[in-house]
Amino acid sequence: MSTAAPSAQPASSQAASGKGLAAYCRGVTKHYGSGSNQVLALRGIDLEIPAGKLTMLVGPSGCGKTTLISVIAGILDRDAGECSVFGRDFSAMGQRERTRYRGENIGFVFQQFNLLPTLNAAENVAVPLMILGEGRAAAVAKGKEYLAQVGLGDRWKSLPSQLSGGQQQRVAIARALVHSPRLIVCDEPTSALDHETGGRVMALLKDVALKNDRALVIVTHDARIFSYADQIAKMDDGRVDQVITGSGITAEARGH
Amino acid sequence: MIGVAIKMIVGDKLKYFGLIAGIAFASLLVIQQASILVGLTHQTGAFIRDTNQFDLWVMDPQIRFSQDTIPLTDGTLPRVRGIEGVEWAVPMYQGFLRARLPDGTRQTVILVGLDDATLIGGPPEMARGQFESLREDKALIIDEDSRLQKFRFKQAGTGALDVGDTFDINDTEMKVTGTFKSSKSFFWEPTVYTTYSRAIRVAPRERKMMNYVLVKLKPGADRVAVASAIEAATGAKARTSDEFIKITADYILKETGILVNFAMAVGLGFIVGALVSGQMLYNFTVDNLRFYGTLKAMGASNLRLVGMVLTQSLLVGLIGFGIGLGAGTVLGEVVGKAGLAFLMPWWIPAFGGAAILGTCILAGAISLVRVIRLEPAIVFKGA
Repeated sequence: MSTAAPSAQPASSQAASGKGLAAYCRGVTKHYGSGSNQVLALRGIDLEIPAGKLTMLVGPSGCGKTTLISVIAGILDRDAGECSVFGRDFSAMGQRERTRYRGENIGFVFQQFNLLPTLNAAENVAVPLMILGEGRAAAVAKGKEYLAQVGLGDRWKSLPSQLSGGQQQRVAIARALVHSPRLIVCDEPTSALDHETGGRVMALLKDVALKNDRALVIVTHDARIFSYADQIAKMDDGRVDQVITGSGITAEARGH
Repeated sequence: MIGVAIKMIVGDKLKYFGLIAGIAFASLLVIQQASILVGLTHQTGAFIRDTNQFDLWVMDPQIRFSQDTIPLTDGTLPRVRGIEGVEWAVPMYQGFLRARLPDGTRQTVILVGLDDATLIGGPPEMARGQFESLREDKALIIDEDSRLQKFRFKQAGTGALDVGDTFDINDTEMKVTGTFKSSKSFFWEPTVYTTYSRAIRVAPRERKMMNYVLVKLKPGADRVAVASAIEAATGAKARTSDEFIKITADYILKETGILVNFAMAVGLGFIVGALVSGQMLYNFTVDNLRFYGTLKAMGASNLRLVGMVLTQSLLVGLIGFGIGLGAGTVLGEVVGKAGLAFLMPWWIPAFGGAAILGTCILAGAISLVRVIRLEPAIVFKGA
């Protein structure tokens, strides 16, 4: 296995200025529970998420990938350390500002899609716009446009239950993109899909999501999709052990 | 996002219809039971309400309701007539007597004797025959609605007492000269009218026979002052029809336990309905926590989620209550046509609606605690 970058990469000068970086973490810790039940999920994470690149967080179950992505996305408070997304620190914001900032700047793709079952595909895609205050008709119209971008223009009326897993994930990707966020976080986006569909979803994500210098962070176990990454952060026991870039990624993918 | 909230709940058809059915049932119970109670209460004042050509009823102070027959002294009438502000005053007899129909059927009746000269105090409308026929020998008029039930021949043959028939009251022969229309009464015994002099001849002789003095005030007379003067002069009680209706209703409600029984039925209906609906609303919200978490992660504020949950609660509350109200109204029509008590004044739907909607909002508010405390990170906890 070759590595093109040192493990536990320190915050770079880019991080200090925020230039070219979507997000960075420095010394981030997070624990759950208390007393004898306390679990240290993150033990001092240092990581940079470059803009315009696809970063994958990989590692065994329970290594802290989901906790880290939650901290980066501003839906979970860290205990200590620094974490900045496009130069803004969630912990320095009030609840309302944080929610608003997240709504405007971050898109989400979930393992189980989390599409609202009673809304049709276009309405599901339109939800982030409606959250940001856009009128329903305009939001749904834009939702249809984004559905067309992911190849589901003719299925805008379908309920999630009428779509295949791959189609549902494409709807979820359209939903994550519709409000033009600068960072997209994906939790196991291919784990509920077969190999072929997973490959198509990843190709779509890379093709559509990375436009306009967006950053894409994907938590995954699925080694089949490693080859889509620009940077892989290997995690274990609450730490980033290694950050792999360049040709190291191909080797990493082959190794699995 | 209000549209999203509505689609969330309406789209989940099983839960939606379950919720609507639960709330509609609770609403129906509350409206129907309360309307029956009000209807029964209203019926207690039927006799008084139908007797409305005068301003004051003068009665024994111990009278508790309209069928409570405590007589006044004969001297009360002239004393009332002598009071300033009284235009006229007439006597009324009222007593429970036993009648025997031509076939031998026994029936207790409330015999009302009206002033011979004026016939003041009679029923509001005749069904058949002339009201003035009461001046004929042995004349008596009976209630048309109760004729086929309470004056039905049960001992021999078929049919019922009719105009032109004779029958005995207290072994005195009376002749039906007409039938009248009256409001449905809470009291079971049928009311029959004759003249005052004939009534006191028919009734068992007592030292005092007159039950009421009916008083008409002179135009511009102060009703309260005249009533006080009557009470001071006679020792009797002077009441308006409204006051008499109120003490009658209060007495029936308190003494019969009807109020407690109906209040319990209304309360239980409400509690059961509220618990079922509240539980279903709570479950609906909790079942959707993953989606609220998703919305929260995507930038929906707590305030917006509160609005969504309350919109859902109000929507099912309004629809459920509307259906319950509609069903209650239809049931009331059916029950009313069957002659049973049912009266729905505006405040029953108003208070019932407020109670039902309040319960729905409360249930929504309880489930909101879960939504507000929800960590959006729940969305990453996978399947």
